[in-house]
Amino acid sequence: MSAVTTPARQASGGVNVKVINRIVIYGLLALFALFYLMPLFVMLVTSFKTMDEIQNGNMLALPRAPTFDPWLKAWGETCVGLTCAGIKGYFWNSIKMVVPAVLISTMLGALNGYVLTKWRFRGATLVFGLMLFACFIPFQSVLLPMATILGSLGRFGVTLQNATGTSFGLGNPTVNLVFVHVVYGIGFTTLFFRNYYEAFPTELVKAAQVDGASFFQIFRRIMLPNSMPIFVVTVIYQFTNIWNDFLFASAYAGTGDAMPMTVALNNVVNTSTGVVEYNVNMAAAMIAALPTLLVYVLAGRYFVRGLMAGAVKG
Amino acid sequence: MLRKLLIGTALASGLAFAAHAEDVKEVQMLHWWTSGGEAAALNVLKGDLAKEGYAWKDVPVAGGGGDAAMTALKAMVAAGNYPTASQMLGYTVLDYAAAGVMGDLTETAKKEGWDKSVPAALQKFSVYDGKWVAAPVNVHSVNWLWINKAVLDKIGGTEPKTFDDFVALLDKAKAAGVIPLALGGQNWQEATMFDSVVLSTGGPEFYKKAFNDLDDASLKSDTMKKSFDNLAKLVTYVDPNFSGRDWNLATAMVIKGDALVQVMGDWAKGEFNAAKKTPGTDFLCYRFPGTDGSVIYNSDMFGMFNVPDDRKAAQVALATATLSKSFQSAFNVVKGSVPARTDVPDTDFDACGKKGIADLKAANEGGTLFGSLAQGYGAPPAVANAYKDVVSKFVHGQIKTSDEAVTELVKAIDDAK
Amino acid sequence: MSTVATSQIKLTPEHARPRASVRSRLQDALPKIVLAPSFAITIVFVYGFILWTIYLSFTNSKTFPSYVLTGSRAYQRLWGWTFDTDPPSSWYTSITNMGIFGFLYIFICLALGLFLAILLDQKIRGEGVLRPIYLYPMALSFIVTGVAWKWFLDPGLGLEQTLHQWGWTSFHFDWIKNKDFVIYTVVIAGVWQASGFIMAMFLAGLRGIDGEIMKAAQIDGATTFQLYRRIVIPLLRPIFLSAFIVLAHLAIKSYDLVVALTSGGPGGSAWLPSNFMYEYTFKRNEMAVGSASAVIMLMTIVAIIVPYLYSELREKPR
Repeated sequence: MSAVTTPARQASGGVNVKVINRIVIYGLLALFALFYLMPLFVMLVTSFKTMDEIQNGNMLALPRAPTFDPWLKAWGETCVGLTCAGIKGYFWNSIKMVVPAVLISTMLGALNGYVLTKWRFRGATLVFGLMLFACFIPFQSVLLPMATILGSLGRFGVTLQNATGTSFGLGNPTVNLVFVHVVYGIGFTTLFFRNYYEAFPTELVKAAQVDGASFFQIFRRIMLPNSMPIFVVTVIYQFTNIWNDFLFASAYAGTGDAMPMTVALNNVVNTSTGVVEYNVNMAAAMIAALPTLLVYVLAGRYFVRGLMAGAVKG
Repeated sequence: MLRKLLIGTALASGLAFAAHAEDVKEVQMLHWWTSGGEAAALNVLKGDLAKEGYAWKDVPVAGGGGDAAMTALKAMVAAGNYPTASQMLGYTVLDYAAAGVMGDLTETAKKEGWDKSVPAALQKFSVYDGKWVAAPVNVHSVNWLWINKAVLDKIGGTEPKTFDDFVALLDKAKAAGVIPLALGGQNWQEATMFDSVVLSTGGPEFYKKAFNDLDDASLKSDTMKKSFDNLAKLVTYVDPNFSGRDWNLATAMVIKGDALVQVMGDWAKGEFNAAKKTPGTDFLCYRFPGTDGSVIYNSDMFGMFNVPDDRKAAQVALATATLSKSFQSAFNVVKGSVPARTDVPDTDFDACGKKGIADLKAANEGGTLFGSLAQGYGAPPAVANAYKDVVSKFVHGQIKTSDEAVTELVKAIDDAK
Repeated sequence: MSTVATSQIKLTPEHARPRASVRSRLQDALPKIVLAPSFAITIVFVYGFILWTIYLSFTNSKTFPSYVLTGSRAYQRLWGWTFDTDPPSSWYTSITNMGIFGFLYIFICLALGLFLAILLDQKIRGEGVLRPIYLYPMALSFIVTGVAWKWFLDPGLGLEQTLHQWGWTSFHFDWIKNKDFVIYTVVIAGVWQASGFIMAMFLAGLRGIDGEIMKAAQIDGATTFQLYRRIVIPLLRPIFLSAFIVLAHLAIKSYDLVVALTSGGPGGSAWLPSNFMYEYTFKRNEMAVGSASAVIMLMTIVAIIVPYLYSELREKPR
């Protein structure tokens, strides 16, 4: 608060105007916070209500007799298909898929962004344009051709298995999902890093070249340490998208035990018959969203820290 | 189990040894029955198979009344990873069979006598090119009224026998301040109700010609226009918030007594059962007025895929268990539907179930058992969905008159054929 | 870094024409080698599949792909539907909704995101609390948030009912049940979900702006408004590009949002082209029509995005 670069001060001068300005700003921020929090509030209070209260009470009212049962049920008892052991078992499936997919796509994006801005070559812009446009392909229209290719890779994996004793992960549903998410995530990660590195001073890279630093040395020692904010943005984006993906997850998880969280959550929530247990559904949704929420909160810290590190570059 | 296997193989020839020694004792089952009652019903099958030593690999994908599961199935088939079986509906089975990815259960069918016990109307979908490719699990019927008895008594109503009776009854409810008709404003619910309206307005012959044979003259006829008028009349009795409502919430309105009646398939009975309501005392199941004697059906089927040889034994076990009388009875008591074979005793069923079984039998013998167009048993999905579009647009006012609705219906069905 | 003393002193990648050793030639090709795998999979799994989709749109594929070319009937049908306005065909509804939704969604998200970022950049106490509040909707899958929004917008359960209970009985808000307004509820929920993320992108951009420039402008007597309009916002251009791309792609793929919130809307009045494509490809078994609609979607995107990309990527000073 003490560092005074607030433009309002410069323009107005009067203390009163400044105070009013601050009140307006805080008021607006609080108002919008309400807008964003409303659905979360509804979900939270619902998850602590009994079914009786949900059916007869006000949606926005606080629970009269808060109960933790819906959460316990969502975690350990609710039925996902025929197995009634809650959604806890699907966490690991999702994490096994999401972490590698996010890491690989983010690293590739960083490298691509670095090449496209600091090592330009003839046609670099076209390459970037093509990769960028790839973000727009509707996933529904790649579902079947991708399945065909994954199926062939799987059969090749079986051949490899017979020939060499290992399939190198080909045909494994988790590996398939990682692959798919990397393929369709690269466009975005490249976009994010390319736009960030665009503003990064090229002089620093040139100076390092003069000093004889190699391609990877410059990347590791100069680019990466200054990439914290964009890493955070990219990881958040990728993590959220991949964690929440339903289409690919439901289609490619196959008949194995690789079913990710979203599919399980969908099976809990999207039942077509029976009394809909809204409280359990809401609790399940909150549990399923915990990792992403956690990433946001944790990343938020590094976000600021990264920004501070980035500010030095000025 | 292992011992049994060893004895079996010891008796068999050397060749059979190679084929049987590695039999996979597992069924992979894609389905969208994830909610309490349905899952409980399916668990009976899982238990039956476990007794025979088969493990159950569950592949549930809920959502959109099977849409999500069908998308997943398409991707699996494209990848060449067929599940042992998948829950499927009507024309979808035939499409997959035409693509040559279904298995062949004819031998089992012969041994178990499915030809005789399963109604011919169902065999149209479970038999392709002379081969059994699917095992029907149940028969649902859509031309039902579900009425809250307390509300009916309060307004002094009786069972409506004709469409005009029905309208009079709805008027009574309206006058008494109850929501007369509980409807979920989603296209399949509106179209499901319209199936019954058409059967009631035009009679069995007309329904078959228009909605199973897609006969142009019938679709264009004044009877069809009259049906749309009747639908419009019914829609005046719904509450203003009906649009987009899920069907089970509409059923809940009847269960709680907020509404008098819902027009819905017999899966609605599962909701009443789950709410511990008894037919006859708490709720009543009547045929949609003017449709007594006919049954508009749909059926859940387990499509059997052309799995590798080492999984065929498990598939046969699954199919046999599915069509066993004990499972058919146990499953359908819970699900609200009736058995897919006509020789299952109705002892365990409630009053509505008993009526459903008797009606199915009569309709099967009398030739008044028709596929529901709204539920994908009247015509292929392209046509069925074009039909749902028109009905829904009519209900929600994009299509303004019944004349226009008839024109649009003919155009849409022509276009989709 | 100085340990690697080779002869590369004057070489910048643009001008490098090495006649030197294999190793330095490898060094020169390295950037392209690094980029190659990403580029290759994009070509195969995006452009290859686009070609496949285009091919299918000229066949009579139904439930499964068929590879016999049969002409442009799928396009003729779509073309016919484009002018079926009374009653509106599903295709007509989808494309007009896309126009309304796409414009409002992108515009409001950009405006709101930038506005919130600027507000948050005013040395706000509690920024650490506010930022995740704005951001979290992006973390939740719409499978369930859809239900929360559906309740909230439902006149019988949500806002209207609550305000009625609190005494404001004349309040009326039933857009989600109204075929002419339902698409705007999709906009509301969509903006709620994405605007916080856009805010974060702008915030990162704002923090990256050199403080010296701001100070200099203030000393020159620029008002706050001028400062942002003339200096800050132009400096945020690359962020606008990223944000626009993110939003445009979310808008085009907003399939779940429509289904979870409205189940398609009264009489299918909330459909977007992605819903149309999914319905026809997977539910109606008219894969050729589904593919044709995908092709038209992609061509429309090309028509909008490519000129924008061209101007954005070309006029860079470097």
